[in-house]
Amino acid sequence: MNASTARRGFAAAAIVLSLTFALSACGGNSNNNASSNNAKIDCSTGSIKASGSTAQKNAIADWINNYQSACTGATVDYQAVGSSAGIADFVNKQTAFAGSDSALKPEDQPKADARCATGKALDIPMVGGAITLAYNVNGVDSLTLTPAVIAGIFNNSITKWNDSKIADLNKSVTLPDATIAQFHRSDGSGTTDNFTKYLAAAAPSVWKLGNDKAWKATGGQGAKGNDGIASALKSTDNSIGYVELSFAQDAALKVASVDNGAGAVEPNAQTAAATIAKATRVDASSNIKLKVDYTIKSADAYPIVLVTYEITCQKGLGSSDLALTKSFLTYTASDAAQANLADNGYVPISGDLLTAVRASVASIS
Amino acid sequence: MTQLLSPQVQPPLGRSSRPRDAAFAGISRGSGIIVLFTMGAIGAFLLWKALPALRANTVPFLTSTQWFPDDPQPKFGIAALAFGTLLSSVIAMVIAVPVGLGVALYTSHYAPRRFAPTLGYVVDLLAAVPSIIFGLWGLQILMPNSIGLWRWFDQHLGFIPLFNNSQNIYTRSIALAAVVLAIMILPTVSAISREVFNQVPPGHIEAALALGATRWETMRTAVFPFARPGMVSAAMLGLGRALGETIAVALILSATFSINWHVTEPGGNTFAANIALKWNEAGNIGLGALIASGLVLYIITFAVNMAARVVVERRRDFSGAN
Repeated sequence: MNASTARRGFAAAAIVLSLTFALSACGGNSNNNASSNNAKIDCSTGSIKASGSTAQKNAIADWINNYQSACTGATVDYQAVGSSAGIADFVNKQTAFAGSDSALKPEDQPKADARCATGKALDIPMVGGAITLAYNVNGVDSLTLTPAVIAGIFNNSITKWNDSKIADLNKSVTLPDATIAQFHRSDGSGTTDNFTKYLAAAAPSVWKLGNDKAWKATGGQGAKGNDGIASALKSTDNSIGYVELSFAQDAALKVASVDNGAGAVEPNAQTAAATIAKATRVDASSNIKLKVDYTIKSADAYPIVLVTYEITCQKGLGSSDLALTKSFLTYTASDAAQANLADNGYVPISGDLLTAVRASVASIS
Repeated sequence: MTQLLSPQVQPPLGRSSRPRDAAFAGISRGSGIIVLFTMGAIGAFLLWKALPALRANTVPFLTSTQWFPDDPQPKFGIAALAFGTLLSSVIAMVIAVPVGLGVALYTSHYAPRRFAPTLGYVVDLLAAVPSIIFGLWGLQILMPNSIGLWRWFDQHLGFIPLFNNSQNIYTRSIALAAVVLAIMILPTVSAISREVFNQVPPGHIEAALALGATRWETMRTAVFPFARPGMVSAAMLGLGRALGETIAVALILSATFSINWHVTEPGGNTFAANIALKWNEAGNIGLGALIASGLVLYIITFAVNMAARVVVERRRDFSGAN
């Protein structure tokens, strides 16, 4: 192909491409649900910065994309620096809101309140997630685990795949006589914190290490990040590890069902949303700190979930950030935005909790 | 050119009457002071940030192997970190220094003249590869393909505690990290020692050859004595890089807080890797604890460099360089 035909080919491709875009844009306005919902966004302009949890990075990135394409003149910049660093940025007035994988701790709440000139800081649950037990065992396509067995695998008291404790739960499956290659996070992480919260609550007689962002048990192997765990599982036979749902889906890993006492429940957006919707609130204020019931016994509620929050000021955020922050969070709490979550491997907030979240966002002024 | 540089034409040492010389002396002295000041400021900053955490710590900081700084009763110590850092760096040195010196010697004195610059260039190019690439390569390529090697070490040399592997898992180990570190510091070691080998006065080499020395005897009697301080410096710069390497090690190691001599078992941790892994989600005490560990790494690196200086100074008299 010589240069001139190449150029002509490129021009033709460009024309075809731009036509396609034009057509899809027309179609979007009339048929596409997401776009028509985006049109309802109560837009604001300006630019705000936010930072925090890596767990909600992809959800927020998607929302920012939708928001900015619907609202010209608005820029939202979210840096996934980790929850603690995000809260520190917010306290130091570097950002308009922080993303965090836990509500503000009692010792952090006064600092965050002090950052809000005339009001208090709010915890607003916005993005849910499910922590799956992903595994890679040749010939095993379905696996059911109970809290006690999960705790046993992760504190290294169950070390073989054909251990009777696992085999009794999976009578229809032939488990290999192989050592379990157990993977946990080597970095500090909210996923580890929430997973160990589950183990401590649902299997207190086996898991005696409490919860922490750092992995406290001995044995097994550490890998960095959800992606590190997923690729380690992918490349290691007879392995199991805890990883967030979206990463298990992206890596096409098999995931175990969890039996909390009311039958095996598969992890997906619906079953995890059911658990999050039933979480109790620490108090009835618009500062929504959730307490997840990890021992939930229901045939359609997957118990190992995490909830990530947006933290901002109810009052006194500062006039330059206020309108856009409120408008953006109003959008993220909308049905359209929450529906987006499941497509990205996240879990939506639903039911009465979502109503409370919207009331909390509406109280920002 | 040689005329210009000869001693007769150089301005006399000491106090100079020319303003340009004074300005240059001032700039040089200023740069030196800035370096010292920066070093001091880094140390002071680390200490200042670390003190609150060190005060809150409930276990001995230097000898404890736990790392739970954000517990209600903060517990953290650097023993396991210091162990992992030094062990992985020392193994990396054991692999990289002989190979690096060999590469340098080959490119400077053995390789055909047409071929030598290319080889040197290729080795130098290794230094331009970002460390995350080395980390990913170690994790995705080297780790799965080296399992057999580590198993062989375990089965045939398992009577040496270092190579014994009681877990029968051969991944994410200190040994693996050390091999990756060795490749990362290879260009540093080889580039500097090559330059030093090239500085050996041709007269020394010709004299050795004239006395009937073989090639290897020439290296031993003429090249090594002259180059020894440079070789030590090269090794120490490599060690400095290995001690401080962060992301490649963080990706590979299983990051446990234990002192385990079985280098092929998963586990181990280093100062820099631990800081990278824990920083994002560390609380107030956690950040202080990480900074305190950074201070210890700073002191260790400082001590290693001072030791290298001492070695170089002591050897200088016998090097034949003067």
